[in-house]
Amino acid sequence: MSNSAGIVSAQRATFDTPLVFRSGAVLPSYELVYETYGTLNDAKSNAILICHALSGNHHVAGRYANDPENVGWWDNMVGPGKPVDTGKFFVIGLNNLGGCHGSTGPSSLNPETGQPYGTGFPVVTVEDWVESQARLADRLGIKQFAAVMGGSLGGMQALQWSLSFPERVRHVLVIAAAPHLTAENIAFNDVARNAILTDPDFHGGNFYQHGVVPTRGLRLARMLGHITYLSDDAMADKFGRSLRSGKLGYNYGIEFEIESYLRYQGDKFAAYFDANTYLLMTKALDYFDPARACDDNLDKAFADARADFLVVSFTTDWRFAPERSREIVSALLHNRRNVSYAEISSAHGHDSFLMQHEHYHNVMRVYLERIATEFSA
Amino acid sequence: MSAHHSIELAAARPDFAAIAAWIPQGASVLDLGCGDGSLLRYLKETRHVRGYGVEISDENIVACIRNDVNVIQGDLDSGLSGFESNAFDYVLLSQTLQATRHTEALVQEMLRVGREGIVSFPNFGHWKARLQVLRGHMPVSDELPYQWYDTPNVHLCTLRDFENFCADLHVQILDRRVMTNGGGVKLLPNLLGSMAVYRFRRAG
Repeated sequence: MSNSAGIVSAQRATFDTPLVFRSGAVLPSYELVYETYGTLNDAKSNAILICHALSGNHHVAGRYANDPENVGWWDNMVGPGKPVDTGKFFVIGLNNLGGCHGSTGPSSLNPETGQPYGTGFPVVTVEDWVESQARLADRLGIKQFAAVMGGSLGGMQALQWSLSFPERVRHVLVIAAAPHLTAENIAFNDVARNAILTDPDFHGGNFYQHGVVPTRGLRLARMLGHITYLSDDAMADKFGRSLRSGKLGYNYGIEFEIESYLRYQGDKFAAYFDANTYLLMTKALDYFDPARACDDNLDKAFADARADFLVVSFTTDWRFAPERSREIVSALLHNRRNVSYAEISSAHGHDSFLMQHEHYHNVMRVYLERIATEFSA
Repeated sequence: MSAHHSIELAAARPDFAAIAAWIPQGASVLDLGCGDGSLLRYLKETRHVRGYGVEISDENIVACIRNDVNVIQGDLDSGLSGFESNAFDYVLLSQTLQATRHTEALVQEMLRVGREGIVSFPNFGHWKARLQVLRGHMPVSDELPYQWYDTPNVHLCTLRDFENFCADLHVQILDRRVMTNGGGVKLLPNLLGSMAVYRFRRAG
């Protein structure tokens, strides 16, 4: 039997109740695009929400009939018999508000002006996303998720679920995340944003009207990001000092394999990702800091959390280092929440959370099997 | 099913029953070097404790999650800095003391994090161990199943050694159970007991 979620298709939900953002901005109406895998049980108790990271989207698993090469970004994790077993769970992936894969975002037309929102789209926070996700859950008749899970920025959303809607989530799976970004992390994001903002083709965010895309800025932003998602060892293993032509050219062309790889990744990304969405996503990362409203005390921030937690980090992840996950664990321990923490030995840096890794997947599988016993018993 | 499971466990690990007997219903417990989580699961089922384990091995992390107990992956030899002072009623160290490198620091950490500590360990002073040493060999037994070259045990001790150690650290021993083959030992415990369980707290 195949363990792929198979042929999937995206769905769309329209919301006409205005959404008030943390910034005070209001979006009168919006659309969210999402996919589901598996079957919602009669009690509607087996739903799992998967939150995506910076460049992710609603296509979590399976493939499209008309685009079979386009496999979901977490297909190794989600599917029949996989750790997130779609034979047991009803799994929802959505494109976050402000995204560029179908949900309302900067590249969507603002009905009030007939033009793309551009930088006029509200700066969105993790809290705003969770609010919009809860409305999608309402639409699907899900009062409480069996679990909300995600990696990186997705893990931050999962954490926020336990704070915004403590009664609506039984388990929170936080992978390769942090309770807030460090100064170094914000600095990386700022350089990436500057690459985009200073690209002459950016046009203050209104590049759509000029028929151009700030490709150079997006490419640089992605190249920088990509470096930080890998580890020194992983890069050394994969590329070392290999030269494409085998000899030095004494010029500024693409000589080292790592250069070639980064430019390829940059070009690929710039061809499909919206520059304004990239700006929004990095801001959401920078702003996330649940302790901020509690005198910078993370223990206090988690006082109202009711969920059980699984926290997972990766040894070579220096962008969201294990110490940052342990801060989350420590705050959960302080509040006497049920929590388990696994620190996975992996060479692949921050990107590890997306990789096929036997022990990591075992941890996820066993934890999720335990969740499944709660509603199948 | 779970009651049956608990009975089986108590038979297989007599120190579990001894430890459980000291722990009141609903206590908070931190189990250091918790292995596959059997003791925590046993205490959850028999004492309804709020428990967490600390474990270093990947395999045991998975086993603990399967056993439905909370487990935090970490190395005891790098301390308990992730845990707040006085966060637990009891901090347990079951059959692990002898395998820790910084034993002294760890016992002090146990009593920073917990109100009381409970340790169980194999008695190196048991007559069978003494006899094997007398015959010129490192002891190998049910409690000490390793050969000298593959043992994780770096700090083996006798009951008397442990009691002196506690006195030096200003640790007050509150209770002691000495066992052999699962039964209690009253007479000549340091000679006839193969395993001991102690409950202790900071003196004064």
